[in-house]
Amino acid sequence: MKGLKFIVTGILFGIVMSKSEAISWYRIQEMFRFQSFHMYGIIGTAVILGVIAVYLIKKYQLRDYQGNPITFTPKEKSVPRYLYGGIIFGLGWALVGACPGPLFVNLGYAYWPILIAIFGGVVGTYLYGVLKDRLPH
Amino acid sequence: MLEILSQPWPWYVSGAVIALIMVIMLFFGKSFGFSSNLRVICAACGAGKKVPFFNYNWKNQRWNLLFLVGAILGGWISSTFLSTGETVQISQATIQDLKQLGFSAPQGMQPQELFGMESLLSFKTIALLLGGGLLIGFGSRYAGGCTSGHAISGLSNLQWPSLVAVIGFFIGGLIMTFLLFPLIF
Repeated sequence: MKGLKFIVTGILFGIVMSKSEAISWYRIQEMFRFQSFHMYGIIGTAVILGVIAVYLIKKYQLRDYQGNPITFTPKEKSVPRYLYGGIIFGLGWALVGACPGPLFVNLGYAYWPILIAIFGGVVGTYLYGVLKDRLPH
Repeated sequence: MLEILSQPWPWYVSGAVIALIMVIMLFFGKSFGFSSNLRVICAACGAGKKVPFFNYNWKNQRWNLLFLVGAILGGWISSTFLSTGETVQISQATIQDLKQLGFSAPQGMQPQELFGMESLLSFKTIALLLGGGLLIGFGSRYAGGCTSGHAISGLSNLQWPSLVAVIGFFIGGLIMTFLLFPLIF
């Protein structure tokens, strides 16, 4: 099955987010209160190693498993959408204590009320689609 | 081995594995970004018939939905086979701050006040989870990505729009934590 590798990678993601406690509402609160290095350590390590990996991929023009060059699409240069969108996202992130990935990992963890937040996330995404053309981008 | 895996993982192991996942996705010819799935779910539910934003070939994103299924399974595997049922080890300062807001000291991974089954009986808690979810879904699509897409993939590629988004994430998070939490809880 062609899609199995994505399921397996997702499982690894779910396990690492759980075992590092990054899915915990408490950990997100601790981060926003600057009371522990834990979450900064996770994100910092991931970004530093990620920067090195992306640099090497570009330098050696590495290819993916099908032999296609790995390309990176630059993001549109704009401030309002990233700033306003980011702030709105941050409000929800701190309130629910989970970003989109951990929402679903928590579901696997059997914290069932998170389904309400997931439903909210889908509705919020739909509302963005409806209002998109009226928002500053 | 299983015993070691069942302990909470240190931050540097976690950060390294997350970077590894991003690289694995690149070698699969995809890019790591979770919140696109929320758009895919809208499109798969037929939102494209009414709203052009969802009118695209979402089936090309099937791989990302499979990643989502994996993430759920990963959470289940962790809680069922890799957990000692330990309490999340947050700092004493956070426990004290949260106590003042009415949250009891942690037991397990999540506060019962928000994620316990009893919370389903409270209108306020339902409204908070729903409202928080709305902000997450709306904001991540508006900003064009969430923590994985911007903070991990975007920053790794030194994209300054991602840095703006991450700064936004923190502005929003700090407003919620320091200005709104005392009003809500």
